[in-house]
Amino acid sequence: MSISVLLDIAVAAHPDRHALDSGAGDGTYADLARTARGGAGVVLASGARHVAFLGVNGPAFPTVLFAAAFAGVPVTPLSYRMSPEQLRYLIGELDDPLVVVDEEYADALVGCGRTTMTSTDWLAAATGEAEAPHVDVAETAPAVVLFTSGTTSAPKGVILRHRHLVTYVLQTVELGSASDTDAALICVPPYHIAGVATVLTNVYAGRRMIYLPEFTPAGWLGAVRNHSVTHATVVPTMLSRIVQQLDGKPAVAPTLRSIAYGGARMPRPVLERALELFPHVGFVNAYGLTETSSTIAILDADDHRRAFTSDDPHVRARLSSAGRCLPGVEAQIRSESGAPLPPGEPGELWVRGGQISGDYLGRASVLDADGWFPTRDRASIDPDGYLYVEGRADDTIIRGGENIAPAEIEVVLLDHPDVRDVAVVGLPDDEWGQRITAVVVPAPGCDAGGEQLQSWVRSRIRGARTPDEIIFLDDLPYTPTGKLLRRELVSQLTNGSDHDLREESA
Amino acid sequence: MILKVGNRYRSQVCSTEVVVVRPGNGADVLTCGGHPMVEIIEAGPTGLSPIEGLDGGTLIGKRYTDASGSLEVLVTKAGAGSLGLGSEPLTVKEAKPLPASD
Repeated sequence: MSISVLLDIAVAAHPDRHALDSGAGDGTYADLARTARGGAGVVLASGARHVAFLGVNGPAFPTVLFAAAFAGVPVTPLSYRMSPEQLRYLIGELDDPLVVVDEEYADALVGCGRTTMTSTDWLAAATGEAEAPHVDVAETAPAVVLFTSGTTSAPKGVILRHRHLVTYVLQTVELGSASDTDAALICVPPYHIAGVATVLTNVYAGRRMIYLPEFTPAGWLGAVRNHSVTHATVVPTMLSRIVQQLDGKPAVAPTLRSIAYGGARMPRPVLERALELFPHVGFVNAYGLTETSSTIAILDADDHRRAFTSDDPHVRARLSSAGRCLPGVEAQIRSESGAPLPPGEPGELWVRGGQISGDYLGRASVLDADGWFPTRDRASIDPDGYLYVEGRADDTIIRGGENIAPAEIEVVLLDHPDVRDVAVVGLPDDEWGQRITAVVVPAPGCDAGGEQLQSWVRSRIRGARTPDEIIFLDDLPYTPTGKLLRRELVSQLTNGSDHDLREESA
Repeated sequence: MILKVGNRYRSQVCSTEVVVVRPGNGADVLTCGGHPMVEIIEAGPTGLSPIEGLDGGTLIGKRYTDASGSLEVLVTKAGAGSLGLGSEPLTVKEAKPLPASD
């Protein structure tokens, strides 16, 4: 079945429930389905074989997503943070697309050689158009093509087929399980897998959706209060900014019950402060990749509170865990030679299940013969099934022949009160091949020296993992969705553009 | 009866409609109220009634499965008949509730 059937079923179950709540495009689930079917008529009339969307998260996006599905063509949300050149290149990779673009980004597409339509015109046309006739869509047909953020390489077009996304929704959400006062605040952009999945899961659960196109911590807290938000999803940098904004005072958010976070590593101090400042909120760590149709493992609210209130270091360490796999998802840790590893031993995480794709535009599937997908994440799974993700396998530092996961050192440094943020990277070294460099953003008003931080690490983990040098910076480079740009940091450090670096070497 | 994932069927005895999530092994017939279900595009209800004891009804949004777990259908429209595979009644698949995660 196709993702449009999810909307059909939702409409059959809760037609009059409020779907969107954000100014233009408000309406019920029945309204959303009517507009999407009209949009499918617009797509079919255009003759396009793909739909691209360049815009912020807002009421146009769900209509574009479902219209493409009703019309039986794939949809690609594009990042409005990209340069016009990058956008034209990616649009050029798509098969004869209709491009729906927010007015403010339309200039970037002038002369791109594709049919474009502003989001306002799209909504007007979709609302005015007769509902498209039913189109049979194979469950193996591509539903969404997402370009991955490319922190380690050029963007790749990940193909998610209808069956991947539908499996994800059916395995994780009960139809109409939201109460009629539930409301989800969406601040993840549509070009992120969570921005796609949130539409599907909220529609199927029957949860009202509120879009916050431009994230600010004050704007987020205001929206939570003004729209009586019950559920929110954030990336770690957003939670970090919310916590800073609260400045130690408990949040006033009486309706909020759940904050899900994911997309990047969550610094433990940020999470602990958030647990203090939102004492009545359940926190959910969701781990997943674009290729896995969003979430594959969850650390749930009970896990968080149990860990947070425990004196047992082993239980408390679960705050850094990605939790346990969803039903229908299998996980395996393998060594470099491909052999499965016993519980607790780190290696590469491989996953298998109906929601997992291994297909990319213009490339062969990367699944192995038994259907396993290599995540390229380095991880371990404890005997109770809790998953610990250490970071990208490509980020592993090899110092004197020893493999070192940056996360292991970063976690220790983040526990130091003078450290606000940190990235540990391997820099080229004549003696060791790579040396361990910790790039530290100091907490305001604090001035711990490099040697002090080195002995902090040395007293807590094995000596070979002590940073060879500590470099202080005011900021670390992140993508807008909170992923640390390690390669950019490394090239910044190795190209000697060090005018704002204060270096202290051991 | 060969069922295909994603195909939709309707009851001959009531308003029940389902979509196939897992196809089963094809050996038995998918029934509602004791009568075979038909492809959704076929003509409307034929005036048949549920066989006594097979009129427990279906619930929208629930997934129903056979004992082996090889067949699974999702009810997209509720009705008065009970679902079955051959002579075996299908049962509601209880899922552990998961928190919203995206």
